[in-house]
Amino acid sequence: MKIHEYQGKQIFAKYGIPIPKGVPCFTAEEVEAAAKRLIDETQIPVVVVKAQIHAGGRGKGGGVKVVKDGPAAARAAGEALIGMQLVTHQTGPEGQKVRRVYVEQGLDIQRELYLALVVDRATRRIAVMASTEGGMDIEEVAEHSPEKILTVYVDPLIGLGAYQARELAYGLKVGEGSADPKKTIRQFCHIVTQMAELFEKEDCSLCEVNPLIVTKTGDVVALDSKINFDPNAEGRHREWAELQDDDEEDPVELEAKAAGLSYVALDGNIGCLVNGAGLAMSTMDIIGYYGGKPANFLDVGGGATKEQVTKAFKMILSSSQVKGIFVNIFGGIMKCDVIAEGVVAATKELSLKVPLVVRLEGTNVERGKEILRESGLRIEAADSMADGAQKIVALANQA
Amino acid sequence: MSVLIGKDTRVLVQGITGNTGSFHARQCIAYGTQIVAGVTPNRGGEEFSAEGPDGKPVKVPVFDTVGEAVRQTGATVSCIFVPPLGAADAILEAIDAGCELVIPITEGVPVMDMIRVRRKLEGSKTRMVGPNCPGVITPGECKIGIMPGHIHRPGRIGVVSRSGTLTYEAVGQLTALGLGQSTAIGIGGDPVGGLDFIDCLKLFNEDPDTEAVMMMGEIGGNAEESAAAWIQEHMKKPVAAFIAGTTAPPGKRMGHAGAIISGGKGTAKDKIAALEAAGIKVAPTPAEMGVTLKSLL
Repeated sequence: MKIHEYQGKQIFAKYGIPIPKGVPCFTAEEVEAAAKRLIDETQIPVVVVKAQIHAGGRGKGGGVKVVKDGPAAARAAGEALIGMQLVTHQTGPEGQKVRRVYVEQGLDIQRELYLALVVDRATRRIAVMASTEGGMDIEEVAEHSPEKILTVYVDPLIGLGAYQARELAYGLKVGEGSADPKKTIRQFCHIVTQMAELFEKEDCSLCEVNPLIVTKTGDVVALDSKINFDPNAEGRHREWAELQDDDEEDPVELEAKAAGLSYVALDGNIGCLVNGAGLAMSTMDIIGYYGGKPANFLDVGGGATKEQVTKAFKMILSSSQVKGIFVNIFGGIMKCDVIAEGVVAATKELSLKVPLVVRLEGTNVERGKEILRESGLRIEAADSMADGAQKIVALANQA
Repeated sequence: MSVLIGKDTRVLVQGITGNTGSFHARQCIAYGTQIVAGVTPNRGGEEFSAEGPDGKPVKVPVFDTVGEAVRQTGATVSCIFVPPLGAADAILEAIDAGCELVIPITEGVPVMDMIRVRRKLEGSKTRMVGPNCPGVITPGECKIGIMPGHIHRPGRIGVVSRSGTLTYEAVGQLTALGLGQSTAIGIGGDPVGGLDFIDCLKLFNEDPDTEAVMMMGEIGGNAEESAAAWIQEHMKKPVAAFIAGTTAPPGKRMGHAGAIISGGKGTAKDKIAALEAAGIKVAPTPAEMGVTLKSLL
């Protein structure tokens, strides 16, 4: 689960991680008032108006405006940003609509660093990665100059050692060029330590500060924030409900989640309904192998009901691109006759117009096939995964 | 023989009185698995009723704690059906009680909890398979988990996979080709879990009754790449593989928490290339997993 930059920064503040003063705004009027307040409070004439969307690359996409000419100019920047379709390398060509902005005090930057915490799958620990190449695309740094990234790992039973934070600070020479090197090193270590605590307590899956800046006075400040939460921990974080911004989510995926289905929209024309994540992915792959394009990933789980199957069909058909549906079920615990009943009910209820291919295997398969045959509906039965995939690709291409 | 579990394995089920736990405990008992104890706090002293493979009634004593269950029944393996937020605590309890093998089936355990569990496993004698997995089965002897028993046949193919239903698909294909399985292990779809591919390959490599291995990976992480390197160096037996997610888009979690391409890493293409470079035969489609394995025998 993703949250906005300003929400991440509010969490940083809770953990004593320094952030610039800022105000989230939904209208240009609010932007003007916020800019006026920030300039009065900080006596710094510069403010930054930043589009708040969940995708990265906002600066390059024109979503961050530095304003030097006072509150009226900030208002103009707010007018330009709010309501725009911001396109970045992470949004796709259609972009993402900007609905809120964050107005922040400007700071004099001496140096830009990078700090990120992730779950490292190989060591099964939290990895704390820091680099002198702040502001850059860290994946590029990792590829071209990996020596510029230092990593330490957190022992979950002990926590991050103070010495590990010092290893990063001295290893990256964060004091170099600072107006007050000792202060800079002390603040950097404090931020790293607090970040490790935040990551664990808040059940993050990613926590990134890019850039983490050293100001001309030698202070270390988180100029950006990117926090992803581990969705599995939702049950012990009621506060996440407030942080979630439904406007940033795919509405169909939200609907699926509410129905207990796992769904990802894709750009093809063959809808898929499968039980189990691995089989669902494999079903997409075999459609691709035979020259088709899957319209979605959909896992109905291990114990889908008739209602869930109907719901799943509705979601697949919510895309006008869908020219055919492939149902691929390996019923182990899930019984094929139950799925077959669900398929028949959904086909009737939705008066399905596109071709439907069903492959059933496993428990009660004969009864399942019988139900499909007796329904009198135009349902193409498949004997295997390969047979089903070939049939649906052919049918979708004719349509 | 087989790996991890066999006909003499004594199993306890944590969460045996819950909906999922009781349903699957009954299925396992009907398959012939020796479920000797159940654990549910506050339900100690009750009896759990089921039917054995011969249809005869089986009574399983329920205990309040895993420690007590182990002491009274000699169970060595725990299968866990505890809801996600309590699962890590249940695993830790089983480790402390000295279980040799813990199999948490639960899907949706927070990754931070699993990081702590992994640390606790270090230096203990306990092995873990899962979480978010179908479990482990030695066909004809012992089924621990939620897989459909009837599609399996006893035999000489080891199966290891990150996915549940995809494992059933592979096992179904193997059985249809007359190839039985020594043991099938579902290692689970989470980013941080117990035994990985290499751990399981080592077990199969040393098992005299396993002749070849079918392994199914998927996008996310680099466990398949590491396995490929290990196989090239150490594996004495033929391995066939399949990788799910060739058509998966980057940055999207495909059902499993661990199945995500992030930062351009963990793609199916990279994994397939690594496996093929190590001389491992990769099935071109999920419909050809069985025949690909058979071609190696």
